[in-house]
Amino acid sequence: MRFRFGESALPLLVLALLAAAPFLGFGESWAMTLLARTMILAMAAVSLSFVLGGAGLISLGHAAMLGFGAYAVVILDDAGITEAAVVVPVAIAAAAGFALLTGAVAIRTSGVHFIMITLAFGQMAFFTAASLAGYGGDDGYTLYSRTSLGGTRWLEDRLVFHYACLGLLVLSLLLCRMLLASRFGRVLRAAKESSLRVRAVGFDPYPYRLVAYGIAGGIAGLAGMMLANATEFVAPSYLAWQRSGDLLFMVILGGVGSLHGAVLGALAFVLVEEWLGHITEHWRLIFGPLLILAVLFLRGGLAGLPAQLAGVRVRG
Amino acid sequence: MVEPILELDGLRKHFGGLAVTEDVSLQVPPGGIHAIIGPNGAGKTTLIHQISGTLRPDAGRILFGGRDVTALPLQRRARLGLARSFQITCVLPGFTALENAALAVQARSGSSFRFFRPAASEAALNRQAMAALEQVGLASRAATPAGALSHGEKRQLELAIALAMQPRLLLLDEPLAGAGPEETERLVSILRGLKGAYTILLVEHDMQAVFALADRISVLLYGRVLATGEPDAIRGNPEVRAAYLGEDDA
Amino acid sequence: MSTQLLLVQALNGLQFGVLLFLVAAGLTLVFGVMDFINLAHGVQYMLGAYLGASFAAWTGSFWAGLLLALPAALACGLVLEVLVFRHLYDRDHLSQVLATFGVILFLNQAVRAIWGTAPLQVPMPELLSGGITLMPGLQYPVYRLAILGAGLATAGLLWLLVERTRVGALVRAGATNAPMVAALGVDIRRLFMLVFGFGAMLAGFAGVMAAPILSVEPGMGDTVLILAFVVIVIGGIGSVRGAFLAALLVGLIETLGRSLMPDLMRLFLAPSPARQAGAAIASMLVYIAMAAILAVRPQGLFPVRTG
Repeated sequence: MRFRFGESALPLLVLALLAAAPFLGFGESWAMTLLARTMILAMAAVSLSFVLGGAGLISLGHAAMLGFGAYAVVILDDAGITEAAVVVPVAIAAAAGFALLTGAVAIRTSGVHFIMITLAFGQMAFFTAASLAGYGGDDGYTLYSRTSLGGTRWLEDRLVFHYACLGLLVLSLLLCRMLLASRFGRVLRAAKESSLRVRAVGFDPYPYRLVAYGIAGGIAGLAGMMLANATEFVAPSYLAWQRSGDLLFMVILGGVGSLHGAVLGALAFVLVEEWLGHITEHWRLIFGPLLILAVLFLRGGLAGLPAQLAGVRVRG
Repeated sequence: MVEPILELDGLRKHFGGLAVTEDVSLQVPPGGIHAIIGPNGAGKTTLIHQISGTLRPDAGRILFGGRDVTALPLQRRARLGLARSFQITCVLPGFTALENAALAVQARSGSSFRFFRPAASEAALNRQAMAALEQVGLASRAATPAGALSHGEKRQLELAIALAMQPRLLLLDEPLAGAGPEETERLVSILRGLKGAYTILLVEHDMQAVFALADRISVLLYGRVLATGEPDAIRGNPEVRAAYLGEDDA
Repeated sequence: MSTQLLLVQALNGLQFGVLLFLVAAGLTLVFGVMDFINLAHGVQYMLGAYLGASFAAWTGSFWAGLLLALPAALACGLVLEVLVFRHLYDRDHLSQVLATFGVILFLNQAVRAIWGTAPLQVPMPELLSGGITLMPGLQYPVYRLAILGAGLATAGLLWLLVERTRVGALVRAGATNAPMVAALGVDIRRLFMLVFGFGAMLAGFAGVMAAPILSVEPGMGDTVLILAFVVIVIGGIGSVRGAFLAALLVGLIETLGRSLMPDLMRLFLAPSPARQAGAAIASMLVYIAMAAILAVRPQGLFPVRTG
C-alpha cells in the first residue's frame, strides 16, 4: 500500500484534532468519554481493517476479541489484580488465543463460509460471557477500579486516559502499517488478490492468514481492555454480533483497504450515533437507512471521498 | 542416462466414467524443451493440473528430480522448483509488475515471516525481480500495476514470475493461447532464449511454434500418450498424422 | 433423567429444528442461487410473527391471522427486495452483509415503534391447544406436534418442488452454477425473485407458527438468524437436504444440550458449579459441533457449489 500525502492528510488531521481536543472545548466528562470510546473503537476498527483490507478476511465476530480483552480485566479485577503489567499481557493473550483457536478452523474456509463461521464463534463467546454468573452474567460487571500502572491510579485521570487511548491508537496504526508493508504483509495482500498465484510461487496462505488474524485479535483485545477501563463496566452485550457489525461498518465507512480510513469511519459512526440518539429514541430508524445508503453509494469510503468528489475513479 | 527432471509413471485420472488421463508415462530429461501436443479434449490441461499439483491423480506417480511428489500440494512442488504458468493469466492486479516478480523471488529467499522491514525496500529481491522482467522484455513496465497491463504483457509477466522462481522445471500451459502473430514471434524468441538455462515442459496448440522450439514431443490422444520422440519422428509418424496432424505438413 | 423427559426434550428439539429449517431453507437457496448474503432474513421471520399476531388479534382467529400474514410477509419481502436487495446482487459480500445489517437495524426499530417493546401474546388456536398422551406418563402439547407436522409437510413439499419440477431443476442448477444457468438463457432475475419470495414466505410462515409458543418481540429474528447460518454452514450452502438434516441436528443439540448438560456436569461437580458450567457449555455446544464438522468438511455436509 502506497501512501501519498493527500491520502493521509485527512486522517493525520483527525489524529491531530484528537490530540488537541481536550483543549479545544471538549474537556467535559461526557465529551472525553465519547472521545475515548471513539479512539478505542477506532483501534479495534484498525485491527479489523488490517485483516479485512490486508488479508481479505471478513470477520463478523471481531467484537468477541474486544470482549475477551474486557473480560480479562473483569476476571483479574475480581481476583484483586489490577496491575497493568499483568492485565495487559493477559488481555492481549486471551483475545489472541481465542482468535488463533477459532481462526484455525475458520481460515480453512473462505468467502461466505468464513463470514458465517466468525459470526457463529462470536455468538459462542457472547453466550459464554452471559453464562458467567460469577462475573455478572447478563447484567454485567462493574469494575472496582481501573487498571493501575505500577501501583498508581494514573488511568483514572481523564487527561491521562485520553492520551493513553490516543497513543495506543497511533501505535496500532503504525504496527499494522508496518506489518502490511513487510514480507509477511506482502504475502497476505497477494493472497487476498489471488490465492492460486501465491500458492503457485510456493506460499501456503493459511499460516500467514492465521497469524494476521491472531495479531488483529490481540490488538482488539488491548482495545477491549481500554474499553473496560473507559466505562468501568463490562457486559456480554459488548460481544453481541451487532457490535461486530458496527465495527465492520466503521471499516467500510472509512474505506476498505485504508487503515487510516478505519479511524475516520469510527469517528463518523460514533458521532452520528451519538447525535442521532439525542434527537430521537428511534434513531435507528434513520441510522439503518443511512448505513444502507452509505454502502450503496459511498464507494471507497470516507477515506476515498476526496478522490470520489474530485471525480477520480475509485476502486470500490 | 541422466536422471530425468520429471517422470510420470502410469498416471490415471477419471471423472465419473470418463477417462481423462489413462496410463500416461513420460520422462523429461533436464535441459531443452519438451512439448506436449494433442487435439482439444486430449486431456492436456488435466495432465498439467496433475503435474503441478492442482489435481490429484487417481493412480500413478509423479517424480520430480527423483522425488515422489504425487501427494504434495501445489505450493510444496513450487518450493521444490516446479514453476507453472497459467493459460488464463493469474497475475496480481493490484501489485506492480516488479512486485509480482519480487513475490516469487521472496518465496525462495528465506522466511517470509518477517514483520519489520518493508519488503519493497529489499534491493536483492528487486534486483532479481527486475532481471526476470528483463528476460521477457517487460522491464520498461516494471512500475505499472499488473491490472493495467495489456493482455500480451500479462502473458509476459506470467512467464517472468515463473522465471523469477529460478525453477528446475518450467511448466508452461499454452503460453501462446490467443496471441497474435507479432506477439507469438516475440514469445517464441523469448522461449528459444531460455533453452539452455531452463528445462521446459510446454503444452501448446500452435504447431509451428512447437516444431520450431521443441527438442522432444509427446502426443496426447484421448488421455493416452500416442507417441514420444523427436520432432521429425513425430512429424513422420503415421499414427500421429492420421489422428492429429492430418494431411497438413506442419 | 427419565425416558419421558428425554423424549419430550427430543421432540422439542425436533420441533425447534423444523422451525429452523423453514428459515434456513430460504437462506440457503438465496445464498446458493443468488450468492447473496441476506442478514435480514431473520426479520422476515419476525415480520411473519408480528403480522400473524396482529391479524389474529384483528380477526379474532389464529387461522385467519395465518392466512393473511403469509401474503403480507411475502409483500414485505418483495418490497425490501425492490428497494434494497436488488441493488446488492452485483456487490461484494461485505457490502451485502452491511446493507442487510442496516435493514435489520431499521426494521427492528420500526417494529419497536409500531408495536412497542413489550412481547406480544398470541393465543394458541383452540383446535390445537391442549395435550395428547403419547405414552403412559407422557403428555405432549398438540400445538408443538402440529408445528412438527407442518414443518415436515413443508419440507416434503419443498423437496418435491426442488427435485421434481422444472422450476426446481432450474433452482438446483442455479445453486450449482448460476452464471451457467444465465448463459443458457434463463431469465435469472425472475428466478431470483421467485427464490427470494418463496424463502421469505417460508420464514414468515415459521414466524407465525412460532408466535404462540415463543416470545414475539423486537429482535426475535436475530438469534434464529444466526442459528440458521450455522445450519446452512453445516448442511452445505445451497443444499436444501443439507439444511434439513443440519436443522434437525442443531435443534436437537440446542434443546437436549441445555437440558442435559447441567445434569451431565453433576457427575463431576457440585450442584451449583455444575449448573453454571452446564449452562456455559450448553450454549457453546452448537458452535463446537459446527467447528468439529467444519474441521473435517469445510464445505459442509452436502456441498453443492461447483460454479
